[in-house]
Amino acid sequence: MSPTTPPPASGTIDWSALRADFPILHQQVHGQPLIYLDNAATSQKPRAVLEALRLYYERDNANVHRGIHELSNRATTAFEAARTRAAQFINARSADEIIFTRGTTEGINLVAQAWGSKNVKAGDTILLTEMEHHSNIVPWQLLAERTGAKLAYLPITGDIGLLDLARLDEQLGSGVKLLALTHISNSLGTINPVADICARARKRGITTLVDAAQSAGHRPIDVQEIGCDFLALSGHKMCGPTGIGILYGRQETLETMPPYQGGGEMILNVDFQRSTWKQPPHRFEAGTPDISGAVGLHAAMDYLDQIGRHNIARHDQELGAYAYAALSRLKDGIRLFGPHIGRAGLVSFLLKDVHAHDVVTVADQRGVALRGGHHCNQPLMRKLGVESTARASFYFYNTTAEIDRFVEVLGEIQKFFGA
Amino acid sequence: MFDDLSDLYQQVILDHCKKPRNFHELTGATSSAQGHNPLCGDQLKLYLAMDGELVKDISFQGSGCCISKASASLLTEAVKGKTREQVQKIFEQVHEMVMTGRVVGDVGKLAVFAGVYKFPARVKCAILAWHAVMAALKGDGQPVSTENEQS
Ligand SMILES: Cc1ncc(COP(=O)(O)O)c(C=O)c1O
Repeated sequence: MSPTTPPPASGTIDWSALRADFPILHQQVHGQPLIYLDNAATSQKPRAVLEALRLYYERDNANVHRGIHELSNRATTAFEAARTRAAQFINARSADEIIFTRGTTEGINLVAQAWGSKNVKAGDTILLTEMEHHSNIVPWQLLAERTGAKLAYLPITGDIGLLDLARLDEQLGSGVKLLALTHISNSLGTINPVADICARARKRGITTLVDAAQSAGHRPIDVQEIGCDFLALSGHKMCGPTGIGILYGRQETLETMPPYQGGGEMILNVDFQRSTWKQPPHRFEAGTPDISGAVGLHAAMDYLDQIGRHNIARHDQELGAYAYAALSRLKDGIRLFGPHIGRAGLVSFLLKDVHAHDVVTVADQRGVALRGGHHCNQPLMRKLGVESTARASFYFYNTTAEIDRFVEVLGEIQKFFGA
Repeated sequence: MFDDLSDLYQQVILDHCKKPRNFHELTGATSSAQGHNPLCGDQLKLYLAMDGELVKDISFQGSGCCISKASASLLTEAVKGKTREQVQKIFEQVHEMVMTGRVVGDVGKLAVFAGVYKFPARVKCAILAWHAVMAALKGDGQPVSTENEQS
């Protein structure tokens, strides 16, 4: 199927048949069938992506842009084709708005340095939310330290984990230069109405950045509809390889920004004393990029669009709701975090009197891969008054039978640690 | 049903994690130290009452996973009445045991932690209280963190 073929209607998808595309899922862990529920940390990779990487290295590998020979031309074509595909994937106006990065973290750091150093001054405010991942907090703290800017946080509403949007307009008021927020919370499963929020910020001339790490592989992303100035994502959470990601930047904004790092690929002319640099996006891509990563990400985007991201989004919500309901039946022995309805396909929880790490260790013995800890959300954990949570996060290849088994294992854990 | 868990969660460990011993603040403590495992959020505080070279009394407080709580609880039992030098020796034995599974000499009840090395993610939980007691013995008041140690 080519990526231009329209994806099937969701009712016709045999979700469990897609498992055949993921070789890694078919194994036993500690003598039990693997149930991989750590997809918010990283997703597994379909054969199409593995094959694209293999073919690239077996057939086309060379360095990009600098070469004149055949293989270099092929590598360059493949790399730039991935850029064009990425622009289409998130509906950017042009491929020049797509910068290849190592992932979401590097994308945010790039903005904090290149955009931040030019646009943020002492006394300015950078507005974040209380549910941000460390990678959308620490780069801004570093910027604030360098510039004397302040950080402010839009609060969340308790365990339900919704942004307190009634406070937004008031917080967007005084001296806010940038609003950076996550599309989907990696520990609460909250889906934020980013288009509405960005519109409200933009009306006041505030620059906006959306962290799409958790959403890019799970639902259609349209940067024009969202109306953000920047959007960062990671390939490895959406069926692509590790080490590659995308930063989208509005073209007119990118053009005003100084480079992020210096080196080869990003320059027009270098003298001993000073250099001139290329136009975006190349200005922001110093050194040899992750070419195979871009090729793998291209294959991942094609793979996801063959299934249809609106189908994946619907299935995600079904799995999330199914798990939430099943966990709720464990009654007062469990504390659940995040919205009751309209949640993403992940659930954070705590079992009464059982530490998250014990939950994860025992689940692992039963083949169920979970995550326990602060999920790179330490300030959020403090706000919720917990040290850690356990988390199950789903992707389209997970099944309700796996969720049933996961909940059954939790029941066993309650029994094992029961007083 | 739980046979597969007994390498890590031996009965003694479960018992100590559900009912930790010497789990209180120590009035008359001569020194104390904080232990922190930022990965899990485990936080514990160890109190020592020294009589010269002798650990006259010891207690702990805090929160953490089953392994770290049981380790702290069993530590307090193993260390009470021992000399500074003896504690150092036990620390070395426990360290070797949770890292490699090798039990050197007589470690008494602490042998229940011999299976921890098979769970690399949990080694830090088992060793946290031991780093804290060594810090309290040194008495330099510096909090210890599993992320600054070789573990
Ligand atoms: C919401 C969110 N933002 C940012 C990141 C960082 O992504 P990466 O580590 O791929 O840069 C993550 C990954 O865990 C995330 O969940």
